Amino acid sequence: MATEKGINITLKVWRQKNGQAKGALETYELKDVSPDNSFLEMMDILNDQIIMKDGSPVAFDHDCREGICGSCSMYINGEPHGPGRLVTTCQLHMREFKDGETIYVEPFRAKAFPIIKDLIVDRSALDRIQHAGGYISVNTSGNTQDANAIPIEKENADKAFDAATCIGCGACVAACKNASASLFMSAKISQYALLPQGQVEAKNRVLAMVKQAEEEGFGPCSNTGACEVECPKGISLENIARMNREYLSASLLTK
Amino acid sequence: MKLDSKVPEGPLKDKWTNYKNNINLVNPANKRNIDVIVVGTGLAGGSASATLAELGYNVKAFCYQDSPRRAHSIAAQGGINAAKNYQGDGDSTYRLFYDTIKGGDYRSREANVYRLAEVSANIIDQCVAQGVPFARDYGGLLDNRSFGGVLVSRTFYAKGQTGQQLLLGAYSAMNRQIAKGKIEMFNRHEMLDVVVVDGKARGIIARNLVTGEIERHSAHAVVIATGGYGNVFFLSTNAMGSNVTASWKVHKRGALFANPCYTQIHPTCVPVHGTQQSKLTLMSESLRNDGRIWVPRKLEDAKAVREGKLKAKDIKEEDRDYYLERRYPSFGNLVPRDVASRAAKERCDEGYGVVNNDTNEGVFLDFASAIQRYGKQQAHLKGIHNPSADEIESLGKKVVESKYGNLFDMYKQITAENPYETAMKIYPAVHYTMGGVWVDYNLMTTVPGLYAIGEANFSDHGANRLGASALMQGLADGYFVLPYTIGDYLSADIRTGKISTDLPEFAEAEASVKSQIDTLINNKGIHSVDYFHKQLGLIMWNKVGMSRTTEGLKQAIEEIKALREAFWKEVKVPGTADELNQELEKAGRVADFLELGELFARDALEREESCGGHFREEHRTEDGEAKRDDVNFAFVSAWEYTGQPSEAILHKEELIFENVELKTRSYK
Repeated sequence: MATEKGINITLKVWRQKNGQAKGALETYELKDVSPDNSFLEMMDILNDQIIMKDGSPVAFDHDCREGICGSCSMYINGEPHGPGRLVTTCQLHMREFKDGETIYVEPFRAKAFPIIKDLIVDRSALDRIQHAGGYISVNTSGNTQDANAIPIEKENADKAFDAATCIGCGACVAACKNASASLFMSAKISQYALLPQGQVEAKNRVLAMVKQAEEEGFGPCSNTGACEVECPKGISLENIARMNREYLSASLLTK
Repeated sequence: MKLDSKVPEGPLKDKWTNYKNNINLVNPANKRNIDVIVVGTGLAGGSASATLAELGYNVKAFCYQDSPRRAHSIAAQGGINAAKNYQGDGDSTYRLFYDTIKGGDYRSREANVYRLAEVSANIIDQCVAQGVPFARDYGGLLDNRSFGGVLVSRTFYAKGQTGQQLLLGAYSAMNRQIAKGKIEMFNRHEMLDVVVVDGKARGIIARNLVTGEIERHSAHAVVIATGGYGNVFFLSTNAMGSNVTASWKVHKRGALFANPCYTQIHPTCVPVHGTQQSKLTLMSESLRNDGRIWVPRKLEDAKAVREGKLKAKDIKEEDRDYYLERRYPSFGNLVPRDVASRAAKERCDEGYGVVNNDTNEGVFLDFASAIQRYGKQQAHLKGIHNPSADEIESLGKKVVESKYGNLFDMYKQITAENPYETAMKIYPAVHYTMGGVWVDYNLMTTVPGLYAIGEANFSDHGANRLGASALMQGLADGYFVLPYTIGDYLSADIRTGKISTDLPEFAEAEASVKSQIDTLINNKGIHSVDYFHKQLGLIMWNKVGMSRTTEGLKQAIEEIKALREAFWKEVKVPGTADELNQELEKAGRVADFLELGELFARDALEREESCGGHFREEHRTEDGEAKRDDVNFAFVSAWEYTGQPSEAILHKEELIFENVELKTRSYK
């Protein structure tokens, strides 16, 4: 919470009126930005400045501002969620940037993520992958067995939890040269595959989700690992390996 | 208007069972002809949508985010309570009920709270069946932790991301129904009004946030699950988009608003760093299991810390004031949230604060003793004799990391200080609102067919909510309560047929929404929306915050009125109405906060007692504790809108306690 000296920065921000319009990078100067501000607070300051000059503020998705809702989606200096590991854009702070630095801010780019406006993209394709199989078919009546009836090995429970922490931001897609959603999909598939409750429908789930991802225009996985590096929640590539095993055995058994 | 809570007859423990046995049901074929609108997709709205769709109703669900998975329930950290008694430490439905009533400072409705405690155990079973990965022990069974204000371990958790895991569970249940076509999902849509036809809620007016189009949606019943209104303070732990609009619009259409002044100020948040700050971040209450809260005993030490000349470690043990342990020896650092927050404010007001901001607001949350304790325990377990100080410290830090690692990382990200090496600095921040839309036992508002669930209603937490109970209430309402109660109401609607959106009531509501938008867009103002929101926040925090006085509240009402007038004259909203326009969205929300804030202050002014999160300086005991007045104030304040927010009419729902004895809440 030290009150350090403010920094001056140049921003190159992607501006695009809507999905049909042509976009371009626009340049803005900001003076005396406190290093204690978050990146999005810096964007608030920029927008305030734009509004006061009768301009159109930069549209960007954001909500919880504590790294868990998965709304924020900026591509900063060529990386989804910017520099730094294991952080979302909203957790990024201006102390990561130098005085006089030029910062490029663009939307997540992928065929399956059409641009809505400026930095906002449509990520509903990720929801549709979940509709295809991202659930366990149990009614919410409350008439299930006692929660402790089936003990689950701690190691598997912990791994399922780690996979389940995916926030669905789409950084993995934006980081991938093929715009693959494999890390995203594999997180849900792994979570359920590791739990006895999820195994009943495991085969159909993996087949349906993979099929949906292909239809949405996400590319194939070529195991480059950029997704794992950029994932703000540290979702492991092991999940993709597990998904591939699940997919292979499901395809062989259902043929 | 006579308030009828519709609490069923009979002994407390049989009320819900008897109720379920005697309500009217809708047969499966008829459910297919009935539409229900659910606004909000957090734990309450998401679970309600999924369950209602499973039952066979046609559900239309709305959220302003780009996906239902992003609702702010996702940010809840610590855990969810349930009276499972897995630890065998004496927990029971009655004890959870009792703790919740006592924690709420005897200002909640007995029957609702008992039902909540009763269904709590089912929630855990349900969530495990859905694949929610709760923390487990090495035997493979579910693990528990302890939270403030209770003496048992009944909190189930998934590291510091319990809300996320529960919400994704509800989201997955929704997805299954979306795939079947039983839920029609409207992402990036904001409800801007409710439509009341012949006295019944029959639909909503919503804005498509991408195209700006104003849409009419009809249904046989409308459920509001839009969360709390903490953002009236501008800075809070809520999401940036969290708002009161849905609750406020239904209030203006006839739903009473209950106890708006009951706000939870959470004791452990990262302190404010500057005027450009946009939100506050919570550090889970679970940290109080191991962290000790203190400030320097000497004013000059506190000053030196603020100036950066002294660090926490440099202050000797005898020069520290562990004020919670000192004042409340039996609960110590685990006193309820309202008590912990006020105690922090008291110390900082006296000049002992340790953070260098405008108001010196901050206290230490120190893990040094926990690191020592765990380190020694580990050394013993590993058979290390005479471990060195370094060894103990390193072993202890590992244990602390395994328990709170993600929270420590989050703290470091925000403050650039390493909490393993130096004590955290924390301060209370607005977190949750216990008040909300008034509902009866059926969770129905005073408008027939209009329901409010989760944080949006007022019913279960009284004047103060216990930790890990918000998640419990959201899911209880959505999965297990509303699906029964709404059926009883809808059983009278099986012959109604589709509700037409061409009715004049829809046209009127749409016109009123459009007119407000036009005014905002065409106002050639000079200040941004945030400018007004920040000012409102300051008034609220300074005069309607942790400690309130008659004079301050009266001033607040006048100041908010003036600010609202200024807003409508001077607010500047760029862009147009028929495009994605985030400033326009914010402007509509702030306009409603500017009205709610006034009613909030009025409610606080009328309540001449101190209870839970509501503390009036005029009403305290000699040793500075809150002084409740059960003779004159054991009622719910339910406000009826009349045109001016603070000129609302007060209706009282008397609170009758038949199963607990009203006591002074003591944590000493």
